[in-house]
Amino acid sequence: MSNPSASAPQTPAIVLEDVHKWYGRVHVLRGLSLSVAAGERIVICGPSGSGKSTMIRCINRLEHHEKGRILVEGTEISDEPRALALIRREVGMVFQSFNLFPHLSVLDNCTLAPIRVRGLARADAEARAMEYLTRVRIPEQARKYPPQLSGGQQQRVAIARALCMQPKIMLFDEPTSALDPEMVREVLDVMIELAESGMTMLCVTHEMGFARRVADRILFMDQGEIVESGAPAEIFDRPRSERLRNFLNQILHQT
Amino acid sequence: MAVHPLYRIARRLISPLVTLVLALILADIAWHFFSWAVLHAVWRLPENAAQAPDTDPCRAAIGHGACWAVVREKFRFILFGFYPYDAQWRPALAVLCFVALFGLSIAPRFWRPSLILLWIAVLAAVGVLMWGGVFGLSFVAADQWGGLPITLILATFGLAAAFPLAILVALARRAEGLPVIRMLAIAYVELIRGVPLISLLFMASVMLPLFLPTGWDIDKLLRAQLAFVLFAGAYLAEVVRAGLSALPLGQYEAAAALGLSYWQKTRLIVLPQALRHVIPMLVNTFIGFFKDTSLVLIIGIFDLMTTGRTATLEPAWQGFGNEVYLLLAAIYFAFCFTMAQISRTLERRLAAPHRDIEEPA
Ligand SMILES: Nc1ncnc2c1ncn2[C@@H]1O[C@H](COP(=O)(O)OP(=O)(O)O)[C@@H](O)[C@H]1O
Ligand SMILES: [Mg+2]
Repeated sequence: MSNPSASAPQTPAIVLEDVHKWYGRVHVLRGLSLSVAAGERIVICGPSGSGKSTMIRCINRLEHHEKGRILVEGTEISDEPRALALIRREVGMVFQSFNLFPHLSVLDNCTLAPIRVRGLARADAEARAMEYLTRVRIPEQARKYPPQLSGGQQQRVAIARALCMQPKIMLFDEPTSALDPEMVREVLDVMIELAESGMTMLCVTHEMGFARRVADRILFMDQGEIVESGAPAEIFDRPRSERLRNFLNQILHQT
Repeated sequence: MAVHPLYRIARRLISPLVTLVLALILADIAWHFFSWAVLHAVWRLPENAAQAPDTDPCRAAIGHGACWAVVREKFRFILFGFYPYDAQWRPALAVLCFVALFGLSIAPRFWRPSLILLWIAVLAAVGVLMWGGVFGLSFVAADQWGGLPITLILATFGLAAAFPLAILVALARRAEGLPVIRMLAIAYVELIRGVPLISLLFMASVMLPLFLPTGWDIDKLLRAQLAFVLFAGAYLAEVVRAGLSALPLGQYEAAAALGLSYWQKTRLIVLPQALRHVIPMLVNTFIGFFKDTSLVLIIGIFDLMTTGRTATLEPAWQGFGNEVYLLLAAIYFAFCFTMAQISRTLERRLAAPHRDIEEPA
């Protein structure tokens, strides 16, 4: 896959150095190390409970890691307000359960943070919101409220909402897992377009068609570790570890 | 399943029978009330130059006719207590101010930040009207106030102060990162909830002055007001907390992921949803609190309930408490019923839109 910004050596978008996390006494991340180049598209897969969400959520500080370092755009993340503000500005997140604000219209969902956090004028924020709502193909729903939309539409609004902050990095945590099968396609199409526009993406998903098509690299996680990583062809066609083979067997038989 | 035919007949008969009997009983009660309150009621007393009113016609009607003359004679005292008679237009105007303020506040088209300024302005105007001492109004000390304005002042100032307090306390109770503040909030709520309002009022009126430096004297009404704010604050805080816990964690996370600060998140995402969830419970607490203001009678403040009671202590009017209490009940009911209606309107208006009320494209 072509990487438009690979010409000059530059700081990686995301770096994880030996990251550990415990929930109480449960060791859920066991020394993750990873470097993601700007514009790189990474798909993370692995059995349920392997720590995929936890890793993604540590990258935008929804969870704290206890050991190791995480750098976003060269800045080490911590609770230090400036670092925190930087991550939240540069990293957008899409959740499995959409998490749209039900009391705000679709348009207000998209303009809230640009106005309050980025300090945009309302008119500019609305113009930007309409632009992204058009990109996710639901500009006509702007005046509706999230509960009035289908799951697929809500998830596309959630993607537009994150994009309105114009982040450099987008995190997706199983964005299609809560959707009815007939709506998965419309969300994946939007994500494919986004990937082709050169966005840096980390995406937890079991949609293997999507992974094959857009991923530069696939990470396979199990029990808090990155067990294998490589290009889609390596991971899917020449799995080295027993754990990955079992996992691939399971998801192939499921669908 | 086979049902015995007799059972079916009985069932068909029982429901209309019960309805009929209930209707008869209700009609009988209504008739008796009508006969007492209207047909045999004494509306006015004969003109009488003497000091004490001649209540003989009322005495003659006791048992079968209401004496509305007592209300006619005493309503200014019941409404305004010992406030100087000639200046009673001032508390009357204050009451109208309150009613107008409530009326404006429930119209969504006035829901903007300037509404808070309006509240401050109106509450200040009420203070000026009641106290006077400026703009050529004579000064009237708070111990001369009484009746409906007292009830409205205690309830309105009480809730206006208790509600923001409750929100802060509820937020503090959930502040995981600030253990001391959290403990203080918990201690406050649990202490106040564990004590009857009456004892709080006693403490405010008797014990508070003991703790104050000599020469400091806080007005009795203000002390009662403080007790009410603390009391209502604790109960409302629990209601707000229920609303906060009902909010899915994902809402906090989405707001945080978008870079909103704690206060932005709280003001724009959390509170609007959390409070909406608990409107019925909030209004329920408001209503209970409105009626609880009548407990100030035990520390000698003349609220509406106390002026009503006092009106019937006068020898000439003894024995006509029913009529006065009916009037009081009607006034309390008018306010509480209005609050309940407002609650219902708010709930309907603020209900989150659902798929089933999808508007036409
Ligand atoms: N808030 C939490 N408290 C305690 N344990 C948690 C919490 N969140 C996740 N875990 C545990 O951490 C492990 C990793 O979870 P998660 O990252 O959600 O896995 P995945 O997303 O791969 O399914 C699981 O064993 C899960 O039970
Ligand atoms: Mg997960």
